[in-house]
Amino acid sequence: MVAPQTPESLKISIQNLNFYFGTKQVLKNINLDMSEKKVTALMGPSGCGKTTLLRCLNLMHELTEDARADGVAILQPQDINLLADEVDPLWVRQRIGMVFQKPNPFPKSMYENVAYGLRLRGLKNKTELENRIEKALTQAGLWKEVSDRLQQPAFSLSGGQQQRLCIARALAVEPEVLLLDEPTSALDPISTAHIEEQLAEIKKHVTVIMVTHNLHQAARCSDDTVFMLNGEVIEKGRSQKLFTNPQDPRTENYITGRFG
Amino acid sequence: MSEATFKNPAINTAKYPETSIKFRHFLSFMFKLLSILGLFLGLIVLLVLIGDLIRRGGDRLSLDFFLNFPSRRAEKAGILSAWVGTLWVMLITAVMTVIVGVSAAIYLEEYAPKNRFTRLIELNILNLAAMPSILYGLLALGLFVHQMKLGSSLLTAGMTLSLLVLPVVIVASREALRALPFTLKEASYALGATQFQTLVYHQVPAAISGMMTGVILALSRAVGETAPLITIGALTYIAFLPKSLLDSFTVLPIQLFNWLSRPQEEFHANAAAAGLVLLFLTFLLNAVAIFIRIKARKNIKW
Amino acid sequence: MSAQKDSRPVIKAVSVRKSTKRPRNIVERLFEFWFALCAFLSVFITAGIIIILLAESWPFFQQVSLKEFLTSRDWSPLFSNPSFGIQPLLLGTLLSTLIACGIAVPMGILIACGLSEFMSANIRQYLKPIIEILAGIPSVIFGYFALLVVTPAIQSIFPSLPGFSLLAAGVTMSFMILPLIVSLSEDALQSVPQTVREASYALGATPLETVWRVVLPSASSGVIAACILGVSRAIGETMVVALAAGQQPNWTLNPAEPAATMTAFMVQVALGDLPHGSLGYQTVFVVGLTLLLMTLVFNYLALKVRNKMRPV
Repeated sequence: MVAPQTPESLKISIQNLNFYFGTKQVLKNINLDMSEKKVTALMGPSGCGKTTLLRCLNLMHELTEDARADGVAILQPQDINLLADEVDPLWVRQRIGMVFQKPNPFPKSMYENVAYGLRLRGLKNKTELENRIEKALTQAGLWKEVSDRLQQPAFSLSGGQQQRLCIARALAVEPEVLLLDEPTSALDPISTAHIEEQLAEIKKHVTVIMVTHNLHQAARCSDDTVFMLNGEVIEKGRSQKLFTNPQDPRTENYITGRFG
Repeated sequence: MSEATFKNPAINTAKYPETSIKFRHFLSFMFKLLSILGLFLGLIVLLVLIGDLIRRGGDRLSLDFFLNFPSRRAEKAGILSAWVGTLWVMLITAVMTVIVGVSAAIYLEEYAPKNRFTRLIELNILNLAAMPSILYGLLALGLFVHQMKLGSSLLTAGMTLSLLVLPVVIVASREALRALPFTLKEASYALGATQFQTLVYHQVPAAISGMMTGVILALSRAVGETAPLITIGALTYIAFLPKSLLDSFTVLPIQLFNWLSRPQEEFHANAAAAGLVLLFLTFLLNAVAIFIRIKARKNIKW
Repeated sequence: MSAQKDSRPVIKAVSVRKSTKRPRNIVERLFEFWFALCAFLSVFITAGIIIILLAESWPFFQQVSLKEFLTSRDWSPLFSNPSFGIQPLLLGTLLSTLIACGIAVPMGILIACGLSEFMSANIRQYLKPIIEILAGIPSVIFGYFALLVVTPAIQSIFPSLPGFSLLAAGVTMSFMILPLIVSLSEDALQSVPQTVREASYALGATPLETVWRVVLPSASSGVIAACILGVSRAIGETMVVALAAGQQPNWTLNPAEPAATMTAFMVQVALGDLPHGSLGYQTVFVVGLTLLLMTLVFNYLALKVRNKMRPV
């Protein structure tokens, strides 16, 4: 059952999406609308397909052999189906960025990490680069901590800082959508709190879609929440409403911890 | 999904001069093309080599070629002494590497404590694997030929080559032992066996196919070795068959080298024919090794 | 220790019985000693090579000054008025190695990047054997190739090329060390974790950009180690240079000339008939010592570089 949504600007509209790994169907008839400049949380137990769904959106599933996405995912306002054959994954990934579960900075300096996406696109002007890097690091909540040592290797940072660096790296190219795949599950509580704080700032500029297996995180940080189970969307709605008054019994069971 | 069919939307979101996406895809595609070309260059070299050997030497391959001794007349020359010598030397090398290589692998895998001495041995093995083969010839020349007075004989050749390919056998045997499940040892110890008994009755028999693969790969390397054997004094013109371990000898690659060193075309044809035989031997040994490996994998029941 | 004897029965928490793994009798103990001996053999071999080379070189340097050895540009030890300058042989080795690596290193890295980044595991399975077959071909057959195929081929483009040349030998050697570089580099590239690649692709990079800007730099120590080992291998190569580059020591910087390398000289002397203990006999060991030193340096460098691989 899909709860009615208050009219907002639509960013991504997923329609009749089915996903297969070989012959095994992993996502079944997904229909979802994500609102612009809001944080949408995808939650559910392990194996429900939330990460698979996330990775469809920036076409990362193409890196896996035998992975097939069948359906439509329309990006607004360009009105383009992300999953169409003629769409260039490069073009998509320039507009939809991703942060991964385990922090994965490049073995380069912090500066070069954040500058990576910009350099790929051909930006050479030093001042421009520095401005954008500072902007991205500020949005990720890391600027104050590292502004004096940007040339040091990214690996000299702590885990939480590395993840914020990865967020800055993704934000530097000014994507329209940011996909977060369980961004804090490998981090300690303090780093987790840091990142959750920044989400409020980040969503002012970027639509955020976040996969999390942490119910409380979803409740704390997201505007909309989608509950998934066994490759299907069970329920979706305003986070406040969904957590206090879930419509579907399965959602309620998950929230109250009867399974997970 | 071909890059060429992408139709990127003509929506200009560039906030700074951007490198065209089409161009970046193009560069990536060219790189892929170049690397495949590089691979095919290797394939072409291989095919041209074999083709030339066949073209030049194919006619010379006859029963006479295999049964004749080398001769000053090119049409009469054959590789009898050469391939018999090769077989003898391979036999001696095989026996020695099995005995010494497997023993060394057993020690390193099962007995050696993790200290500086063991590390020294392992470093040495790595280093020896990267030594020019001719240096083994010099060692053999000084030690086996002159000091131990073994002369330029089959025995010396076998010993030299087994030293040369020892690292191959040691590494392969260690891998074979390492691949065995721990439960094999556990079960044996639980029944009260000593470490030695466990090795001899359980571990080595279980790892035997991996070890044999290693020995055969070592032989495929040794069969083509020329420099160390020339250095120990293997003669290039042998018109008799060795009858004892201490006899002089020649081997296929040396015969090849000898014929190639002469300016006459006819001897080059002989060289090509001998080269085909040598290549065949090398590929045969490799094929046997691969066959053993595949068969062993099928038979493993754990 | 107390002065009084403790009369309580001693109960030990750990069994003092010796492990049953220990050898049971003298036969087993002898075998275990044999195993250890075989393992130590590798150390003896290295020591043996070093000792023999030093022992036979020592008398040489009693008669020939190190200065002449290193600075003279003339190597003619078997003439009636002999000269013992190593430079021509060194140059021959270095020049042929340079040509071989100049071709094999870029080509090898190119192929390794292509294999690891652009090709799926399936295709890789079928293409790698090509490289591995090249690796298994005996060097004397490559010598045949260099003399009778490569030289005429180059001569058809540059007719002035002599029948023996360092160029032909170097070009042929490049195909001999190519498999080594490809296989070791590809191992290094494959060991870069997939997460790093994913991050690059997620930022909108092409496979070329990913391998060039991220994967290759990450694997740089492994790739450099591979190239150093390639150099070491080219330096020690014997048959190709002996057959195709000629055996005339020649102090030259021009690869389109015949010249002898250190290894070719050693083979040439070994083919001749030199009395044991003569100065000519000793030159083989002296040149061998030089070769050994160079090889040890490169092998050591490769090891040091590879150990710098960052644990990810």
